[in-house]
Amino acid sequence: MTAPRTLYDKIWDAHLVHEAEDGTSLLYIDRHLVHEVTSPQAFEGLRMAGRKVRAPEKTIAVPDHNVPTTDDRETGISNEESRIQVEALDRNARETGIHYYPVNDVRQGIVHIIGPEQGWTLPGMTIVCGDSHTATHGAFGALAHGIGTSEVEHVLATQTLIQKKSRNMKVEITGQLRPGVTAKDITLSVIGKTGTAGGTGHVIEYCGEAIRALSMEGRMTVCNMAIEGGARAGLIAPDETTFEYVRGRPHAPKGAQWEAAMEWWKTLYSDDDAHWDKVVTIAGEDIAPVVTWGTSPEDVLPIDGVVPDPASFSGGKVAAAKRSLEYMGLTPGTRLQDIAIDTVFIGSCTNGRIEDLRAAAAVMRGRKVKEGLRAMVVPGSGLVREQAEAEGLADVFRSAGFEWRRAGCSMCLAMNPDQLSPGERCAATSNRNFEGRQGRGGRTHLMSPAMAAAAAITGRLTDVREFLDPTGARTEAA
Amino acid sequence: MEKFTQLTGIAAPLPMMNVDTDMIIPKQFLKTIRREGLGRNLFDEMRYEDDGKENPDFVLNRPAYREAKILVSGENFGCGSSREHAPWALLDFGIRCVIAPSYADIFYNNCFKNGILPIVLPQEDVDKLMEDAERGANATVTVDLEKQEITGPDGGSIHFDIDPFRKHCLLNGLDDIGLTLERAATIDTFEAEAAQARPWV
Ligand code: SF4
Repeated sequence: MTAPRTLYDKIWDAHLVHEAEDGTSLLYIDRHLVHEVTSPQAFEGLRMAGRKVRAPEKTIAVPDHNVPTTDDRETGISNEESRIQVEALDRNARETGIHYYPVNDVRQGIVHIIGPEQGWTLPGMTIVCGDSHTATHGAFGALAHGIGTSEVEHVLATQTLIQKKSRNMKVEITGQLRPGVTAKDITLSVIGKTGTAGGTGHVIEYCGEAIRALSMEGRMTVCNMAIEGGARAGLIAPDETTFEYVRGRPHAPKGAQWEAAMEWWKTLYSDDDAHWDKVVTIAGEDIAPVVTWGTSPEDVLPIDGVVPDPASFSGGKVAAAKRSLEYMGLTPGTRLQDIAIDTVFIGSCTNGRIEDLRAAAAVMRGRKVKEGLRAMVVPGSGLVREQAEAEGLADVFRSAGFEWRRAGCSMCLAMNPDQLSPGERCAATSNRNFEGRQGRGGRTHLMSPAMAAAAAITGRLTDVREFLDPTGARTEAA
Repeated sequence: MEKFTQLTGIAAPLPMMNVDTDMIIPKQFLKTIRREGLGRNLFDEMRYEDDGKENPDFVLNRPAYREAKILVSGENFGCGSSREHAPWALLDFGIRCVIAPSYADIFYNNCFKNGILPIVLPQEDVDKLMEDAERGANATVTVDLEKQEITGPDGGSIHFDIDPFRKHCLLNGLDDIGLTLERAATIDTFEAEAAQARPWV
């Protein structure tokens, strides 16, 4: 009998091509996702060395970081450097024969949204992308890493990655979530508890009743931010919810292949007595709707809290918190709910999926964006956008006063024209609140889509439960 | 990656400590889609005036050093960010060897990924080579990696140390990809077996 293994161990073992004595391993890569910013030099490197893309059929490319999200974007990208990066991807994709979703394809979108949507992301796979939020795909029970440009080239050329094995960490969310609490609140709360280095050197497996109860969209939100907790990757064991989501997707297996796949997928869970190097347990009932107050994703507090006093921290965090508050323009003791905002951004690979838009629209329906606020919804893909239009969500947003945008990364990292100006304060559903992340001098508060919608209505950070009855159903607009 | 066996060329003196990656290639040039082409902006802020004209005093603008292949510099060369653009810029200019008493870690590693040989020598030896380099076009220096030996313009030679594995990789032009491709047969076998076991992938 083999020793008990974790889900991570099982996927690792199934992809191990070679292991040297010092533990340096060659791992086979099932899917390589590519976007325009981190890939040009990698393709160029291949060309210079006279090498080919080893497995174009396992490589999928899409432009997302630089693309404009305005309706006139088919007329071209005005920023020259962005345009050149996108054109380079067009050309590289064409020349190497990899799968490609150009800007004008309705299936275009954020790479981490379209992988699952198109069925490229499947349980038990190894998936890499030159982007740290590749962790998202772990929601399917796939081992998904972010990699650097040299490694992108390495994977293009060899379909393998040189790796050393990480340690196993279990994050268990027990019980049930309270009304108004979402996957975003889970993942932020975990980082709030473990810190941005809490997962360093580990692959996290999220488990427990509250995780099982999440939809695939919610699970992707949780795994997306594993990287913000310092982990190499995040994982959730596949189950019926996963299989239901995958079934029938364009690139998911069909017929006998599906049956064969299911047979293996059903073995993808951590054995009962598997060894964990680190375990964190949080009760689902203890998680509140949260927001970030500082410039690190670990600066998380329940919405009914107050801006903390830097002196309440210890070590280097005292100075960091001081600097954060200065940058954020906040005073200790201020009630979080009294912080006025200028902008609302709903989108990104963390929260740009259909369920996220439904959650925000459910709060918005029949209500208006507060006068003077800038508010935008940027669907994660062209297909999410279409579906939201078909479900009437787009109308809810538009009539509330939101801009209804085209798909892309947009204001998550402000590489395209969607940026904050200095001092502008934003309620954002994205994943990073670093200094300057959404534009030079911009101030970001991370939260769930429902919380962002609530903030859009009141013009300040707001407890979404103000708009919900005790069962979690929305209360009618007055 | 291009092999590094023996290199003969002009050595340019840059007698400064803590040459950082921002000096080597400033951040406005990181938006490029290529590895090449950065040579024009190597040491951009020292090399050009505000109006874009060349600063005639900067070493690489002086006629004797425009074709330099070796750079001799001070302690802690390449400190700062991890940008691989720094070795890319050196390489694009034509510099394949840096000689200094010490380097920042990441820069040091990045050099090997790009076929550049960063040589570590005691300060006295660097000082001697710096003097040689000051002699301009007459200062041809030969670096022999196999023998681990630098021969100066006057014929005297200096021995240098290098990690055997890194030496092997440079001599054979092996980067990570090259090394992995040595296992191509193993990857082929794995791929064939995986295609049997998991045909839906
Ligand atoms: S949405 Fe943001 S975090 Fe996600 S891939 Fe785009 S830039 Fe990165």
